[in-house]
Amino acid sequence: MLHWVIFLVFGAISVAASINLLAQRHPIDSALSLIAVLASLAVEYLLLGAEFVAAVQVIVYAGAIMVLFVFTIMLLNAGEEERTRGSRVALLFGVPGMLVGSILITWILLRYSDTQAVSVGALPGTPTAIAPLLFHDFLLPFEVTSVLILIAIMGAVVLASRETLPPAKEGRQR
Amino acid sequence: MVPLSAYLLLSGILFACGVTGFLIKRNVITIFMSIELMLNGVNLSFVAFAAHWQALSGQVFVFFVMVVAAAEASVGLAIIIAVYRTRETLNVDQVNLLKL
Repeated sequence: MLHWVIFLVFGAISVAASINLLAQRHPIDSALSLIAVLASLAVEYLLLGAEFVAAVQVIVYAGAIMVLFVFTIMLLNAGEEERTRGSRVALLFGVPGMLVGSILITWILLRYSDTQAVSVGALPGTPTAIAPLLFHDFLLPFEVTSVLILIAIMGAVVLASRETLPPAKEGRQR
Repeated sequence: MVPLSAYLLLSGILFACGVTGFLIKRNVITIFMSIELMLNGVNLSFVAFAAHWQALSGQVFVFFVMVVAAAEASVGLAIIIAVYRTRETLNVDQVNLLKL
């Protein structure tokens, strides 16, 4: 029952945020919606017992990759200029929605209070269980991904560096 | 317990949203975010199958998918910055240098 409630709540959040990603016209709004999708998916991973994947999802995806996205949007000053009138929507729907959500969560927790807390190592996908797979069975792909990340770093630096101005000017003739 | 089909349904919905965004969006950064959404939908099905079959290899594959997504995001955003420097736009309709 509690599994279903958590699955439905965070699944609805992720679906609504992904639809909001499509509906928004400004890239920064889409990026914030994507962060909501990633965070709610981390809860779904936790529900499935994948502790390690949920932590990596929050740290790498919702942290590092989305910082890259937001940084690029800010750097390029992306998006059309439009007046922000989202604050009234947030006041009308966000605050009551948050209130109802917190009341619902509190009610569920009080109603099903016999569900004891889950300790950190109780789920199957702990880092202790992932580590032998990652560093023994999948050692070669793991090392290959480190080379891939290194190549990606160098490629990003080469592509985004401004040092090659004269060839860029030559290439600008359209 | 939530059955496997519910997770696969959610995964499919997220993937479909990603495909739709990839097709209808015109801002190249938003297109990139749609690709990330598709990758996340696939990741959710990976973790759901890993939990269903009690096989942790699926979670390791999710880790690899995340690494590839990180590499793809860094290189892709660098390409976007380079394109913006030369073309002064983020609209994919105006980046048509290869079009006949």
